[in-house]
Amino acid sequence: MNRLLRAGFFLLVVRPVLTLVLGAQVRGRAHLPARGPAIIVANHNSHLDTLTILTMYRLRDLPHLRPVAAADYFLRSRLRAWFARNIIGIIPIVRGGHRGGNPLAPCEEALDRGDILILFPEGSRGEPEVMSALRRGVAHLAQARPHVPVHPLFIHGLGKALPKDSFLLVPFNCNIVAGEPFFWDGDIDSFMATLRARMEGLAAQIHVPPWQ
Amino acid sequence: MIASFFSTPVHAAIGVIFALLIFASAIAAILRRAAPGEAATELSRRVMSWWVMIVIFTVAILTNRVVSTVFLALVSFLALKEYLSLIPTRRVDRSVLLWAYLAIPVQFYFAHVESFGFFMVWIPVWMFLFLPARITLGGVTEGYLQAVGTLSWGLMMTVFALSHTAMLLAFGVSRGFGAGPLLFLVALTQFNDVAQFTWGKLFGRHKIVPTVSPKKTWEGFLGGLFTTIAAAAFAGPFLTPMNTAWSALAGAIIASAGFLGDITLSATKRDLGVKDASNLIPGHGGILDRVDSLIYAAPVFFHFINYFFGDRPAP
Repeated sequence: MNRLLRAGFFLLVVRPVLTLVLGAQVRGRAHLPARGPAIIVANHNSHLDTLTILTMYRLRDLPHLRPVAAADYFLRSRLRAWFARNIIGIIPIVRGGHRGGNPLAPCEEALDRGDILILFPEGSRGEPEVMSALRRGVAHLAQARPHVPVHPLFIHGLGKALPKDSFLLVPFNCNIVAGEPFFWDGDIDSFMATLRARMEGLAAQIHVPPWQ
Repeated sequence: MIASFFSTPVHAAIGVIFALLIFASAIAAILRRAAPGEAATELSRRVMSWWVMIVIFTVAILTNRVVSTVFLALVSFLALKEYLSLIPTRRVDRSVLLWAYLAIPVQFYFAHVESFGFFMVWIPVWMFLFLPARITLGGVTEGYLQAVGTLSWGLMMTVFALSHTAMLLAFGVSRGFGAGPLLFLVALTQFNDVAQFTWGKLFGRHKIVPTVSPKKTWEGFLGGLFTTIAAAAFAGPFLTPMNTAWSALAGAIIASAGFLGDITLSATKRDLGVKDASNLIPGHGGILDRVDSLIYAAPVFFHFINYFFGDRPAP
């Protein structure tokens, strides 16, 4: 039932709206992981980020795509929690905490099941179209599963279409650049430096007009 | 049955267009075999995109008038979206941009009901005054003039100018020519683009405005102009109320206006630092790259034919 609802929501709502209003243009689509286990790491400007990444896959791949999202935000109300868990298929994690056990354990389990994780290391959507500091959780995850490829993905335009704190969806074209995957390299700092350099390299491939 | 399908001028013209398309595909296939490489692949990609665009356009204009007008409005929407995504914008104006988008259905509605007066003033007067006022109420003056200027110009180019295609459709329908005049304009504008490109490739030497568009040459422009005049003189008497001489003149107007639209958009893209407006259409670029000539040709041709062949006086 849930799978049907989810597929219907994506087929009838998400895809038509995103195609018409945003018209995502994807570069380097071949770099996207075709199957898991894999980690997609993207910058985060809008709720549309997750939906846009999910629409790059076929409907039947949906059950294997798991966006990792903040528990405190997405589980705030019952309706939102139901929607986030069942329709979007998130893995909720507790932000900024090491209290009691490994907060990334659900992510590791999903990778062990062969899922594709979608991670936003900026943590929150933040200032639209500005890349904020990347959190190190992704490095810990890569360290725990060193053979899982990490696929960097840069998204531009969605923060203009639907930024944080707005319900008004304004049409803008959005650009997505997928980069070659890389692996855990043995050191957290150098892993994070690689990730940042990769993201900046992808961002440089597209035209980003000023947005003050 | 096939013979009866081609019995109306519009259907016959579409038959000719598809014949040209098959001819272009054959040339692309021969080139790919004779001289394989990036150029041949690029040509095939372009021809393939032409197939897709022409099939969509054919379905849109043959279904019924509502579908045709909605399709033309959609082209306008995509063009405006592409433009607004390319230019620098201010966060404070986000909701203003939504108002600009909402101008599209209104403008195309006025075209659909052939309400010439409202059609002519809705964007150049009402939107032109309303949008800056709305931007003012946002309260941010830094970059104000740029915001007002770029938005007004973009709305005029991508919505007002392009909406003349829908007005031309209404013009044709109410005078018994159906989609004929619209097909005449769109087919000749695109044909002229290809003709100018081909003549320029073959004989182009003297550049017209090298700083804007280094590939545009006098040889290409004049070759395209005369080819388009010949095609227009042939097709015009079937598709429009014009006779051969008037049709030839219309061909010259479409070719010249199309050229100006092309280089105007080239200058815009050059200023913004992009080569193509997007990569929506493989081998062509974005919507704006495809309709750049039409942005100039549509209003100029509409007002030409409406002035000389509209049965009511111009207001």
